[in-house]
Amino acid sequence: MREYTPKDDVQKKAYYTDRFYVSPQVPKSPVESDEVFAADLAAIKAKFEVTDAYIQVEQMVVFIKPEDNFGVLELMKEELEYTQLSELSAIDWIAKENRFEIFYQMLSMNKRKRIRVKMFIENGQAVNSVEKLFRSADWSEREMFDMFGIEANGHPFMKRILMPYDWQGSPLLKTYPLQGDEFAAWYEVDKIYGKESRDIIGPEIRDTARVDRYDSQRFARLGHEVPKGTKITGNEPKNEQNYQEDGGVFMVKKFDKKDSVVIDDPQR
Amino acid sequence: MAQHKVNYTQDGGLPVALTSIDKIVNWGRSNSIWALTYGLACCGIEMMASGASRYDFDRFGTIFRASPRQADVMVVAGTLTKKHAEFIKRLYDQMTEPKWVISMGSCANTGGMFNTYATVQGVDRIIPVDLYLPGCAPRPETLQYGVMLLQKKIRANHASRAQKAKRLM
Repeated sequence: MREYTPKDDVQKKAYYTDRFYVSPQVPKSPVESDEVFAADLAAIKAKFEVTDAYIQVEQMVVFIKPEDNFGVLELMKEELEYTQLSELSAIDWIAKENRFEIFYQMLSMNKRKRIRVKMFIENGQAVNSVEKLFRSADWSEREMFDMFGIEANGHPFMKRILMPYDWQGSPLLKTYPLQGDEFAAWYEVDKIYGKESRDIIGPEIRDTARVDRYDSQRFARLGHEVPKGTKITGNEPKNEQNYQEDGGVFMVKKFDKKDSVVIDDPQR
Repeated sequence: MAQHKVNYTQDGGLPVALTSIDKIVNWGRSNSIWALTYGLACCGIEMMASGASRYDFDRFGTIFRASPRQADVMVVAGTLTKKHAEFIKRLYDQMTEPKWVISMGSCANTGGMFNTYATVQGVDRIIPVDLYLPGCAPRPETLQYGVMLLQKKIRANHASRAQKAKRLM
């Protein structure tokens, strides 16, 4: 297994080392190229401040101020016919800019259009809940809180949704190690048996491909099995394993291949 | 008066089989392994297939029970998440002695491919396991063979003595 390397600065260093490499960008087109989007953007701009807007892959992306999110989504739902909130989550840009990007993916069934509303919040800042507008935001905002630690003000039940209630840490942060921190590694042991039992149960074995030839606690050499904890010398006798004892079992018939019928025709 | 008559003198004796208490108790135990309905992930589908008509667990006396209080063996079929770990312990504690555990599939054995923060790396960190079945997911034949090996393991024990309760610690 590869050794785990801390990925705290994963966003700071360039992924490509080629000096002249230009990472491919999805082409952006101005909002004026689509008249439906242009009208929607004008309606939003009339009431709220829009920092940036463009069309990408036939979807309009609108950047707004974080304090306007409820108002913008209400306007889009009530007046612009964007009646569905299909997705809502956050993107971790903490290492790069010390802030989160929040996106709301909106769908209009009447116009057959999708708009992505985006905004940036500082690390530690809370957002306004849009649960009163869209019921789908209920679980999405709980998931955002669970995975990133971003709270939604005005949410009726701001608790973790995927991880247990007594979990510590936000697993989708880029600083969170994939295999868990100290708390995660001992979570089930601490909770069920208590911290004092850590020495008895032992740390997690993360390398599932590791096989210790001389370990008889966790491994058995097929055909040469020994009782648990026996010291392995390498000269273990052959130990033929069969599902039934040689002498037969009381009132249970043993399978004999000679008496059996092999059906070759699968379409019998 | 009975309609049929038993000829007690044919076949050289009475219709009585002589055996030891050990054997008769173990025969009963090993041929009525009631399993707890406990499918956690995709291995549960294979476990259900083992119980259905094609593979037919009933002929081994293995009947799935919906309550841990009526079950003898817990087949941990699937990925055990850390959130669920306390419940597997609670269900295991509710089962009556003697009880056995089959860890079915890679995820239950070692955590499998879920080498992440949210997965228990092997159910033997929570409860003692009698039998590990390899595979992702194991075929119903594997589970059947595992149950037959478990029957053999039960027969090898002394039923008359008080069984030492299995505890992880």
